[in-house]
Amino acid sequence: MAEIWNGLVEAFRLIFTFDPEVMSIAGLSLEIALSSVVIGSIIALPLASLIHFNNFRGKHILVSVIQTFYSIPTVTVGLLVFVLFSHSGPLGGLDLLFTPTVMVIGQVILVMPILLGMTISALSGVDRNIIDTARSMGANSWQTMLVVLKEARFAVIAAVVLAFGRAISEVGLAMMVGGNIRGFTRVLTTAISLETSKGDWELSMALGIILIFIALVINIIMNRIQQRR
Amino acid sequence: MKKILGILLVVVLVVGLLPLVAGCSSDTVDPLAAKVRLKVGTTTSLYDTGLWSYLEPKFEEMYDCEVDILSLGSGAAFEYAKKGDIDVLTIHSKADELKFIADGYGIERVPFAFNYFLIVGPESDPAGIKDMSPADALKKLMETGAGTFVSRGDNSGTHSKEKAIWAEAGYDYATQVVGAGDWYVEAGGGMGATLTMANEKNAYTLTDMGTYVSYKSKLNLVPIVNSGSILLNVYSVIVVNPDTIKTLKHADLAQKMVEFLTSPEIQELIGKYGVDAYGIQLFTPCAGNEPTQ
Repeated sequence: MAEIWNGLVEAFRLIFTFDPEVMSIAGLSLEIALSSVVIGSIIALPLASLIHFNNFRGKHILVSVIQTFYSIPTVTVGLLVFVLFSHSGPLGGLDLLFTPTVMVIGQVILVMPILLGMTISALSGVDRNIIDTARSMGANSWQTMLVVLKEARFAVIAAVVLAFGRAISEVGLAMMVGGNIRGFTRVLTTAISLETSKGDWELSMALGIILIFIALVINIIMNRIQQRR
Repeated sequence: MKKILGILLVVVLVVGLLPLVAGCSSDTVDPLAAKVRLKVGTTTSLYDTGLWSYLEPKFEEMYDCEVDILSLGSGAAFEYAKKGDIDVLTIHSKADELKFIADGYGIERVPFAFNYFLIVGPESDPAGIKDMSPADALKKLMETGAGTFVSRGDNSGTHSKEKAIWAEAGYDYATQVVGAGDWYVEAGGGMGATLTMANEKNAYTLTDMGTYVSYKSKLNLVPIVNSGSILLNVYSVIVVNPDTIKTLKHADLAQKMVEFLTSPEIQELIGKYGVDAYGIQLFTPCAGNEPTQ
């Protein structure tokens, strides 16, 4: 028990003295996860609307496939991205392996199914009457889409929050394609994994507490957005 | 929607500025400073002891570049290098190193430091193997099954050494040792992680001296077997051959790494590393020469 207590004390010391290494690791984690979710949302929201508002053959199958990929293991995405961006792979010339950029690319792929699938579900939940009303008032399809997205914002934001949670908490992908390089690609989760294996529990706990704290702040912000009229 | 985007934008900006505010804007993350990034694949033991964290800034300052240290087992380091993802290797697995060079992937093997392996375990020594020869010790572990042995199990240099000792003890590793029983545990992690696991399990493990000494304060494990010529542990640096791997761009800088590690100044620092903190020398420098005992 003493070790856990000491761990907590040390954890709070590291946090409140703004330990430079801990802060830069936390900053990078947040930067990568947020970038991934923002980029992912910019791609996924219009794409999900496109899928939802158009009827085409195989739509149900597509949606099922998307939902299946909710549970794609982070290490599988890691493997895919590694093979693509390794120097012996097709995108090796970009020289991106073991950089934060490639971690963002991987996380965008990772959160894409969640953003797509849950946005489609969210849009399906919107009352048909709203679409009809918008159309009858002369809205074009783009404007109709915005109306429906606005109507579905609770569920869409829930999707974004979930995607953020998946991005910031994953470790397999970050470890494989980031390489856990100190001061460059080391994020909270890979640092926790490394420090725990080194038996350095205090630092691990501090990093874990920061991770939860970040999640809390993001959730509060998102809740406020949801509650806006 | 606009409000949401606005808020998201603010959040992203705040995040971008956060490191600056906290006074830790590490220039490594600055996308404007396009410094050359030299990728060094290292055996975990040189990383877990903290030696690389100690040497890295000195090299970066000297050659105005960024060094990315990838802490891997030697086996993984070779594979990454063959794919062109690493510029230079610091490893300790002589037979594999020679093969790597013979296959044309590496230019030259330059030893720069050495120490010894040892078998550590719980003080109670349940298998009664204290002070035996390394091969006899493993043989007894196998025969009695008394006591647990945690293996790296990751094709690292330490794992290769373990296999060599099994061979000396007269066992075929793949068929007779792997899956020999519950007492033989393959950890699949770095040296530090393996020591931590052995400690939790009250088990024996083969470790390099450097990592053991730097972890000692967190462990209940004591040296059990620490003499025998097979336990010599030599660290070398190898530049990946740009003639074979055409995509490598920093071969000149990689060559500087060899000069750096074997320079008198750095050799002295390697020899002194950890002496103050642990009261014992972790690495013996050997600039370019193969140590013999």
